Amino acid sequence: MAAGLFRLTRAEAGGAIAATGLSALILGTLATVAWAAQGLAGLGPWDWRAVWFTLWQAALSATLSAGLAVPVARALARRRFPGRSALVTLLGAPFILPVIVAIMGLVAVFGRNGAINDVLRFAGLPEISIYGWQGVILAHVFFNLPLSVRLVLQGWQAIPAERFRLAASLGFAPRNVARHLERPMLRAVLPGVWLAVFLVCLTSFTVALALGGGPRATTVELAIYQAFRFDFDLGRAASLGLVQIAICVAAMALARWVAIPAAFGAGLDADHIPAAPGGWHRISDMFVITAAAGFLIWPMAAVTLRGLPQIAVLPPEVWQAAGRSVVMALISALLALTLSLTLALSLARGRMRWIETAGMLPLIASPLVLGTGLFILLRGWFSPQALALPVTVAINAVMALPFGLRALIPAARTLHQDYGRLADSLDLRGWARLRYLTLPRLARPLGFAGGLAAALAMGDLGVITLFASDRPTLPLQLYQLMSSYRMDDASACAVLLMAISFGLFWIFDQGGRLA
Amino acid sequence: MLEFDGIRVTRGSFTLSADLSVPTGARVAVIGPSGSGKSTLLSLVGGFLAPDRGRIRVDGEDITALPPGQRPVSMLFQDQNLFPHLTVAQNVGLGLRPDLRLSDPQRARVTQVLEEVGLEGLEARRPANLSGGQQGRVALARVLLRARPVLLLDEPFAALGPALKAEMLALLARIADGTGATVLMVTHDPEDARSFAPQTILVEGGVAHPPVPTGPLLDNPPPGLRAYLG
Repeated sequence: MAAGLFRLTRAEAGGAIAATGLSALILGTLATVAWAAQGLAGLGPWDWRAVWFTLWQAALSATLSAGLAVPVARALARRRFPGRSALVTLLGAPFILPVIVAIMGLVAVFGRNGAINDVLRFAGLPEISIYGWQGVILAHVFFNLPLSVRLVLQGWQAIPAERFRLAASLGFAPRNVARHLERPMLRAVLPGVWLAVFLVCLTSFTVALALGGGPRATTVELAIYQAFRFDFDLGRAASLGLVQIAICVAAMALARWVAIPAAFGAGLDADHIPAAPGGWHRISDMFVITAAAGFLIWPMAAVTLRGLPQIAVLPPEVWQAAGRSVVMALISALLALTLSLTLALSLARGRMRWIETAGMLPLIASPLVLGTGLFILLRGWFSPQALALPVTVAINAVMALPFGLRALIPAARTLHQDYGRLADSLDLRGWARLRYLTLPRLARPLGFAGGLAAALAMGDLGVITLFASDRPTLPLQLYQLMSSYRMDDASACAVLLMAISFGLFWIFDQGGRLA
Repeated sequence: MLEFDGIRVTRGSFTLSADLSVPTGARVAVIGPSGSGKSTLLSLVGGFLAPDRGRIRVDGEDITALPPGQRPVSMLFQDQNLFPHLTVAQNVGLGLRPDLRLSDPQRARVTQVLEEVGLEGLEARRPANLSGGQQGRVALARVLLRARPVLLLDEPFAALGPALKAEMLALLARIADGTGATVLMVTHDPEDARSFAPQTILVEGGVAHPPVPTGPLLDNPPPGLRAYLG
């Protein structure tokens, strides 16, 4: 109950303005899409196949990721070995790994000339193809299995040590432990994990663009891109956008019933170790951990080994694209940070709940839908070439908002509770308050959120593809190299992109820790 | 003179009314059962809570609509009176200018008040590197520096041991005498009230009563206060 009972404080006014602007941008864009769509009558059987594929691939990806995460998380929870904490940290890496880089890695291992097919050919078995629905699913599991493992592992470590001690003193066999301790935990955790993966896969674009396509592996996002790019049928693109919005809204409604756990956060190194049965359990755990680590590391190692020697001879346009991407990522991150800090600070005062809703709006608007809408809105004034980079920067900033808010809102609330009254009583306002209170106290979550935003923007290959650009970003450059089968250059480009993405995250995060 | 003129606050089932005045320079304890509204009374003066009705005046000036930082008031909270990421000198300097753009004479003032509370040479330290007593002294140095006409104490030093708390209260009394400030101090401890505050406001049953002499009130408490004191 601050002085603001008399009037809106400056922080609240800032938040209200930011939230209104954000809502106007997103809802305005969505309204444009809806208006341009002129109903769903223009959609043919091809488009409805895309809807169906989007739904079942997301469901299958989520089921595989969540299901496979259980044995891996159990093994990690009850075994201690050298490199364990490094592996757990590595499990967080796919979150900021550029999708197109991971695809390069998967192609290097599972592609026609990859190691797996070499072995199959040697054994006289039929080859497998990474292109098609199976490739899309494989890539989705590659990204979401590690995150699912982290979430399930959190669940395991949330079981109090006393329970495991009690189980041991009662002489529980592993199956008793599973029944009385582990299964209840999994029942609580897995629906949230499944839904988190499902939601991510619903708006999958880059994976479908690179590995899917065709009648049997086209997602709605990809269909929007094709309608826009190949047919230049804006009405159909907008109709598909409307369908994508409906899917996202329905999924969000579903999410209201299930608590989705945060995909990041501390506390994966609990000091107690759940009962660890010996015998064949030990061997199977070892196998599971090795397989999961291999699945995660092998593709990255394959790309790195191939690309590293080539970096020195990369053509200059790749370096230009890298510079362009870094600048765009930094602007995106700065925008995302400013917006999420403004929203979080006014939310911390705790009276305008609608601001939080505005901050979560990006979850119902997929990048391609926003891109289509912005293009329709602005095409009268600007050429696609002129729009490409600014629109990409803006959409990436908006897409990073939910993550930024998730990191900043709790921290801003704590700050307000602990020091809000002291700062008010000392008349600490405006710039001085930002400099001497807010920025120093929130440096850590700001660094973390900024790192996420910068890395996600750096690696994003989404809306930029809508606008054929003569000034490509680094991910687009990589995609173009891949498409023209310049695989050595593409690998080197992938190493560069991966290094810059992780580097940006590291610099921001470290900056926040040291401040 | 600090005046509560027809003040009334309602929050859900909680109500507090206050119609009283405290003479300039008085030291007054605020005492009463938990949840009776002692802190609410201070929040009203500090500007963290707006009354539904009534005015609050300091020396005749109506401060009811002023934001907290612009009131002629300094406040010490139960804890978190210092910003842990700022140095001792910065924490004190905030009392002069919130943007910390201090002139040389102002800087000298900061050094001087730190000396007065016995913290010479500790300007560059962070609160975490100080003892609990030293942290209390930093907060008091800022109060001394701001020299506002009204000083509000919401159970400060409650976390300190008895000897240290007595020492802080003695320092506080000296500072209040020096600046001539009117002091309101919420406390749970009748001994603090006796030693520090000649007058006491009893908050009970939704009403803040006008100040009365502390000794007689505590010697012969009304039933509600008696139950609370045990």
